[in-house]
Amino acid sequence: MLANTQGIGNVHPSVTNDQKPVLSLKGISKSFPGVKALSEVSLDLYPGQVTALVGENGAGKSTIVKVLTGIYQPDEGEISISGSSVSFPTAQDAGKAGVTAIHQETVLFDDLSVAENIFIGHAPKSRFGLIDKTAMVRQAKELLARIGARIDPSVLLKELGIANKHLVAIARALSIDASIVIMDEPTASLSHKEIEETYELVERLKAEGKAILFISHKFDEIFRIADRYTVFRDGQMVGAGKIAEVSEPDLVRLMVGRSVDQVFPKRTPELGPEVLRVVGYSHPTEFEDIGFTLRRGEILGFYGLVGAGRSEFMQALFGITRPSKGAIRIDDTVAVIRTPNEAISHGIVYVPEDRGKQGAIKGLPIFQNVSLPSLKSTSRNGFLRLAEEFKLTRDYTRRLDLRAAALDQDIGELSGGNQQKVIIAKWLATQPRVIILDEPTKGIDIGSKAAVHEFMAELAAQGLAVIMVSSEIPEILGMSDRVIVMREGRIAAEFEGDELTPERLVRAAAGLAEAAT
Amino acid sequence: MTLSFLKSRELVLGVAILALLLAIASRFPAFIEPANLAKVFNDTAPLIILALGQMAVILTRCIDLSVAANLALTGMVVAMLNTLYPGLPIPVILMVSILLGAVMGLANGLLVWKLDIPPIVVTLGTMTVYRGIIFLISDGAWINAHEMSESFKAFPRAVFLGLPVLSWIAIVAVTGFAVLIGRTALGRAFYAVGGNPHAAVYTGINVGQTQCAAFVLSGALAGLTGYLWVARYAVAYVDIAGGFELEVVAACVIGGISIAGGIGSVGGALLGALFLGIVKNALPVINISPFWQLAISGSAIIVAVAFNATSTRSKGRVILKKAEHAQ
Repeated sequence: MLANTQGIGNVHPSVTNDQKPVLSLKGISKSFPGVKALSEVSLDLYPGQVTALVGENGAGKSTIVKVLTGIYQPDEGEISISGSSVSFPTAQDAGKAGVTAIHQETVLFDDLSVAENIFIGHAPKSRFGLIDKTAMVRQAKELLARIGARIDPSVLLKELGIANKHLVAIARALSIDASIVIMDEPTASLSHKEIEETYELVERLKAEGKAILFISHKFDEIFRIADRYTVFRDGQMVGAGKIAEVSEPDLVRLMVGRSVDQVFPKRTPELGPEVLRVVGYSHPTEFEDIGFTLRRGEILGFYGLVGAGRSEFMQALFGITRPSKGAIRIDDTVAVIRTPNEAISHGIVYVPEDRGKQGAIKGLPIFQNVSLPSLKSTSRNGFLRLAEEFKLTRDYTRRLDLRAAALDQDIGELSGGNQQKVIIAKWLATQPRVIILDEPTKGIDIGSKAAVHEFMAELAAQGLAVIMVSSEIPEILGMSDRVIVMREGRIAAEFEGDELTPERLVRAAAGLAEAAT
Repeated sequence: MTLSFLKSRELVLGVAILALLLAIASRFPAFIEPANLAKVFNDTAPLIILALGQMAVILTRCIDLSVAANLALTGMVVAMLNTLYPGLPIPVILMVSILLGAVMGLANGLLVWKLDIPPIVVTLGTMTVYRGIIFLISDGAWINAHEMSESFKAFPRAVFLGLPVLSWIAIVAVTGFAVLIGRTALGRAFYAVGGNPHAAVYTGINVGQTQCAAFVLSGALAGLTGYLWVARYAVAYVDIAGGFELEVVAACVIGGISIAGGIGSVGGALLGALFLGIVKNALPVINISPFWQLAISGSAIIVAVAFNATSTRSKGRVILKKAEHAQ
């Protein structure tokens, strides 16, 4: 690895470069209700160079990609291409200006052929204004050959694997003569060999003079293929420069920051007896050999990169999917969980990550969202008692400090933070013994975050066992008594007490060896 | 406490119905005489009963296009039973029609639940199958009034406390449904499954099972209506109630039941059916060709959907959506 001893803590990009950036962002800010996603960030991309964009989840990486591709409009700031100021009111404008993005999950059309995918929107036309299929297939063949892809342009896209789909996306980028290529974690779901091929491709694109923005969590690949780096943290640019002038520990330090500026509730955990023991939980594709114990009153953090298999494991624990092997003991008795109902009856509840999709039932009022899993206890002789449902809802939402006009308001009208409180209230009302919170504060405002944290601490103090999946290091460190780090579907490490440092978590999650920092 | 009946959609529809009645009454006052209104209601009763079942199905993000075929098949079966065993008591006939209808609904529900086939495909298929079975069992022959027993034909028309039994059955069905939808866990599950099937799974609700239950309800009501229909019109043949499934869906849509699932009320389904029933009955009175009825129902559907779409469009949509619209 490249070593460098310069302190780079707050150094501004010292561009001692001969070249001019082809694309330059200056002072870009973007806010969403309650969240400032980007705050005066700058980013420069140079022709024929790979710039790695690194940062924790929620640092603003995807927001900047969306700004660059015309999906979001920045509130402030300037985008310039080759020195002249531009704006991208729509995604098409960004495409015309030569910006193209290759996403983790490629946005292509499964039921069209490879050639059609490459040329959709700008297919070669025959004399009569119809699509010239022969020319299209021929040109597609040439483009694919240029990137060294051995793909038949006439097969349907859905018949290709992820790696080849990436190649098609790249061929498409070349076909529209993109000068700026954004690659968003292109190797996240690829095999070792495919990853090597992706690196080769990046080299080819570099040789063709493309400016590449490469988003990655993997340090080995950043140091291998990037020429420059830019680090984002909490929506701000905290460092940029040449890869040759930075060391791995420095980069980690920049990413995680020194100060944890959020305040977390002080806890003196009193651990009770073991309530849950998971042994050798495995799934054919998503995770393998997950085992741990959980005690009453404990907050157990699950950290890892996106795609490490944390949510997938939690879904299996909750009975949404079934494990291929493994066992669970609850209160030292073997339990079998095949459906969410069985999980709920065993006192295990799950607050899912995707609130909009998996949590809130829009169209139903708040109180009916809360009472949904508790209808057995609130009804009598098979008839629902709305008054009981209201009472239950009032009891639990009050504890969470829910801000709503009325409890019969549609949950869809609430802010993200308040929706989250309703969903947590819903599960608490079932009086669980183990609560799994998957990214409990993702995308919610600071005030609600603090309320959720406060409440989590209170729950643990009352003897509930809490599992918290989070990709936010401050939250993991601030709340957990113990942290399990998952990587590629396995438990990579377990830390508690003094072992809990940001560097250790990042290293374990990225698969780096313990460094003498 | 929520009174779903007073929600804006139902209120607007109620006002529209009143306005319609007043407009008709301004030229044909006889139309709004209680006796005539009771007749209109009785005429609309089959539509109301079917709309209730359809509402449950639509709430769960499904659709049941087989209701009219189910009705016709059940009607034919009970009519044939009646010709074979004229002495069969009415309660038995009612039981048979409800059960047979429920079984056909169950077939739909199981195909949707266990084989994961889109409901529109399943019910399009069963719709044709059920009609085909009528032809098979009847050889395409009609069963006419003189072949049916008197008690068989008399039941829906029998007057009880000033209203025909058919009307009473509709009233009982509406009341029962109001309780089922508003006061039971199953009713709540219909909303949850349609409102957000993913979240319903995470809440421990079996989505497929719930949808299947909705189909069974819809089928049972269609079966019940099958007997009432055949007895009331005193005839059974392959094509009775042909195309009626679309009127049923129309009543639901006009009544504010969202085709996207999860939104709707018993009051809405009732009012939607009444609206169509009034239009249908008023047109001959004001001397407009019944063919206009189709155009008017069609327009009412579009107006209702447009109204619902604008009233439910939320202000703070995802930014991405806006960007998509901007293109």
